[in-house]
Amino acid sequence: MAMQFYASPEQVQRDRSEYARKGIARGRSAVVLTYEGGILLVAENLTSLRKISEIYDKIGFAAVGRYNEFENLRRAGVRMADLNGFSYDRRDVTGRGLANAYTQTLGAIFSETQKPYEVEICVAQVGATVEADELYRITYDGSVMDEPGFMAMGGQAEAISNVLRERHDVAADLGAALKLAVEALGSVGGENGAARELGAAQLEVALLDRRRKGRAFRRIAGTALITLLEGGKDLPEPEKGAPTGDAALPAPAEAKPTVSAASEDLEGNADSGDADG
Amino acid sequence: MASGFDPSGRLPDVFTNAGTSSFTQFLSYAAPELLPGRRPLPPGMAAELAPHATTIVAIATAEGVVMAGDRRATMGNLIASRDIEKVHPADAHSLIGIAGTAGVGIELMRLFQVELEHYEKIEGAMLSLDGKANRLASMVRGNLGAAMQGLAVVPLFAGFDLTPGDPARVGRIFSFDVAGGLYEETGFDAIGSGSLFAKAALKKRYRPGVSTPDAIRLAVEALYDAADDDTATGGPDLTRKIYPVVMTATAEGTHRLADSEITSVAEDVVAGRMENPGG
Repeated sequence: MAMQFYASPEQVQRDRSEYARKGIARGRSAVVLTYEGGILLVAENLTSLRKISEIYDKIGFAAVGRYNEFENLRRAGVRMADLNGFSYDRRDVTGRGLANAYTQTLGAIFSETQKPYEVEICVAQVGATVEADELYRITYDGSVMDEPGFMAMGGQAEAISNVLRERHDVAADLGAALKLAVEALGSVGGENGAARELGAAQLEVALLDRRRKGRAFRRIAGTALITLLEGGKDLPEPEKGAPTGDAALPAPAEAKPTVSAASEDLEGNADSGDADG
Repeated sequence: MASGFDPSGRLPDVFTNAGTSSFTQFLSYAAPELLPGRRPLPPGMAAELAPHATTIVAIATAEGVVMAGDRRATMGNLIASRDIEKVHPADAHSLIGIAGTAGVGIELMRLFQVELEHYEKIEGAMLSLDGKANRLASMVRGNLGAAMQGLAVVPLFAGFDLTPGDPARVGRIFSFDVAGGLYEETGFDAIGSGSLFAKAALKKRYRPGVSTPDAIRLAVEALYDAADDDTATGGPDLTRKIYPVVMTATAEGTHRLADSEITSVAEDVVAGRMENPGG
């Protein structure tokens, strides 16, 4: 019989932690911070695959690490939030409940499976005031931390956090908060420790708007983002006709014959009679 | 609920597997008891047991659509509610109205709202207006068993098409039958027991390209005519100040008319009918 190598539980945990940390550190970072008008989520992201998204009315999600793994968690979060909101009430879906589900899930994956998830995620819930905002950091091993005001995730998160710690101001407006987030993200990764200049094309930006009723999540992209980065004072209103929140438009409809039972000729519309009242 | 099943506390597989982007489909795995139409019903007719909601009208305008519903729910020969709301936003650019068994209809409407939002969040893209209508059709189809026992519900769906095939037709209206048949309507449509009278009124007065304020007036007039001839449809209730729910869906999104706006329209209509009962 083959000899079973013994590894102490401590060693196994250490190895898994190191593996997960290395995986996370390879990717680009993300920053979440509160400001006067809500919570700002900014990620360095060159692709069209999302690191930031909407979970529920007041809850946003940001993640770094392996895409397939955090995408999996994101879907699970949307499903859980929608299920709870549907079976109880929309107000009963909370960031803390979601953070608890994530910590259990990641904790179980970390201790029960060979390979831990190489992800770090943030669950952000916007409140009526800055004091009521909640930011939860959930790491690969299932530990969860309530972060007051701001957090950075991903490679060199510590250095980015230092920039945020020095200058974070809860009374800042959106432009100032975005400037700080972009500078913090750009403060690492340059040659010889020099700061980098990040442009609109390298950023994924969204916010949870404190003043908005219902769904608070909104992306800022394209010209709106460029204007804001260049110091434009106020965020322009979302373009008319553009969907709010997370959605892109569906493809334009192709010309197809109209399928109609009634149209202007009402005599053929016999089916309306059984829609009894 | 399914989330409590795993002893480790982690979210069950049904939450984390790739699956589809449909909330209804997810519910059928995670919590099938929450799906309308999945519940076994005791044999017999249940039609007389639950309140019924009645007339809804929808009108396509130059800017989008207008949908209005009366406020009455009936149970047999009794008025079950005088201020029920049967017209709701389905998402940012579409509206849903329900006629038939009120309880089932409201449940269907809530599920449909979550369905649209869920898809949008999971996919990062909205469903097309036709996609939304098809989704609703399959949900109505799922209720066929209950409908056969008297718990029928028929929605009316209308919305502003963000990516229309024909730029002149931005407001589109879809009607459904109990079996889940989906029909796109041209110009206007009505559902519920008062719909015959409402449609007859609209048939005479509707013109393509009508403006939104004119369509609002038309919708209230049509509901007045429905209430005039159908016992299950309630007219403007001047005593209690209960007036129809009127919503619009345009490029700016959905909007529910404020109490003051709808009060003035409804009072105008009633005042007009004092002089000319035929409208």
